[in-house]
Amino acid sequence: MMKNLNNITPIIKIKDLRKSFDDNHVLNGFSMDLYKGENLVIMGKSGSGKSVMIKCLVGLMQPDHGDIEIMSKDISELDQKELNNLRTEIGFLFQGSALYDSMTVRENLKFPLRKSNKDSEEAERLVLDALKSVGLLEAIDLMPSELSGGMKRRVALARAIILYPKIIIYDEPTTGLDPITAKEIIELMRNIQQKYGASSLIITHDVDCARVIANRMILLIDGINYAEGTFEEISSSKDKKIQAFFK
Amino acid sequence: MIKLFQIPDKIKTFFIEIGELSYFAGRFFKELFSRPFEYKELLRQCYKIGNRSLLLVGVTGFILGLVFTIQSRPTLMEFGAVSWIPSMVSISIVREIGPVIIALVCVGRISSGIGAELGSMRVTEQIDAMEVSGTNPFKYLVVTRILATTLMVPLLVVLGDAIALFGSALVENMKGDVSFLLYFNKVFKALEYSDLIPATVKTFFFGFAIGLVGSFKGYNCKKGTVGVGEASNTAVVYTSMLVFIIDFIAVFVTDIFY
Repeated sequence: MMKNLNNITPIIKIKDLRKSFDDNHVLNGFSMDLYKGENLVIMGKSGSGKSVMIKCLVGLMQPDHGDIEIMSKDISELDQKELNNLRTEIGFLFQGSALYDSMTVRENLKFPLRKSNKDSEEAERLVLDALKSVGLLEAIDLMPSELSGGMKRRVALARAIILYPKIIIYDEPTTGLDPITAKEIIELMRNIQQKYGASSLIITHDVDCARVIANRMILLIDGINYAEGTFEEISSSKDKKIQAFFK
Repeated sequence: MIKLFQIPDKIKTFFIEIGELSYFAGRFFKELFSRPFEYKELLRQCYKIGNRSLLLVGVTGFILGLVFTIQSRPTLMEFGAVSWIPSMVSISIVREIGPVIIALVCVGRISSGIGAELGSMRVTEQIDAMEVSGTNPFKYLVVTRILATTLMVPLLVVLGDAIALFGSALVENMKGDVSFLLYFNKVFKALEYSDLIPATVKTFFFGFAIGLVGSFKGYNCKKGTVGVGEASNTAVVYTSMLVFIIDFIAVFVTDIFY
């Protein structure tokens, strides 16, 4: 019953998204829906337009064509203030962590709280809570340059969840990490999903990550959603293009 | 026939860059007066830009005054005009040499630093991260830096000029037995408001150019880590050129009014 209700109102709706860079047509009519509480994995090889798609989604890039609705709001109709307000509902984990080099871990985490009118005690409590969720309380006063790759990813994850977002977008969360750290990050993503109940959009080409975390997945090939379904449905496909991902 | 009217790519790129820089400057003025104001970051940048350039500006100013006096002394001695050294040195340094040399030092120190810092923030997606967290990165990173350089470079120039005059006084004290009191008495007698005001006003424009070009190059950095080096390098080249152009315009305008 709950699942059916969720299916009626997608929290993110993308329709016929197109984006080209000169003659390079990256997205050729990509469409997707993300429902409340689900983990949607979008898989595609490097350069297939996954990152371009999420940049269009959060307004970092303008699509050439298509509609994007987040929580029933068409982002192309929002002014800058409204878009910024909407962005506070979205946590974003960048591929390279994107921690601010000149700030400590504490300052990095406090940065998204600047607009939220939280007093310093409340802000500190949220920072500690987010760091506790990723198991990195001891790193609070360290600079990003003092952290390992896995620690950076975890701090970036803590920064993404600090405002209790309704949607978390992960851009290649396990890329560049060793297999053990990658597994830790995947486990952490699952724990966070359980704790925060946010909807997750995960962009990856890591099959293991998709297998563990996806409720549903979309294969992005040639700029369109080439295949859609559960991990089992897609991985058992006989299509050569699809099979290439799972070999 | 058609080829005669084709504009070479380099000239086209140059004009496109000028257009983009003008748009960037326009956006700066637009964002400058819109809320919220990033006071804390502005103060942090003022401290960073001002305080960390102090030593370099101080040493440059001191050597400038020292060398200028040592070099001009023998020539003036030939004409029996050694007593003119304080006035000659002070007018030269305050009106022209001080502002330009200190501004060029700041170009190397500050403009390249801003270019590299913002460039690396761009290629490591830190600017994007700021944007998706609901902060306006242009306001937070660019406006504060341009404003900080516009305010700090004039102060650094004043300080550099003062230290240069002290260096000059030291040479006169050691070589010509002129006391510091007598030297600075002659300096203040020689200097007029018409020397000080235009020279100070143009340093605000130097500071603005230093922050603007450094930020423009860094903020629009592309092509990964290679782009960061390029942003830093071209920021220095463009700003140095701009400092000389602003200086030329300032001298031209001053000549009309004074």
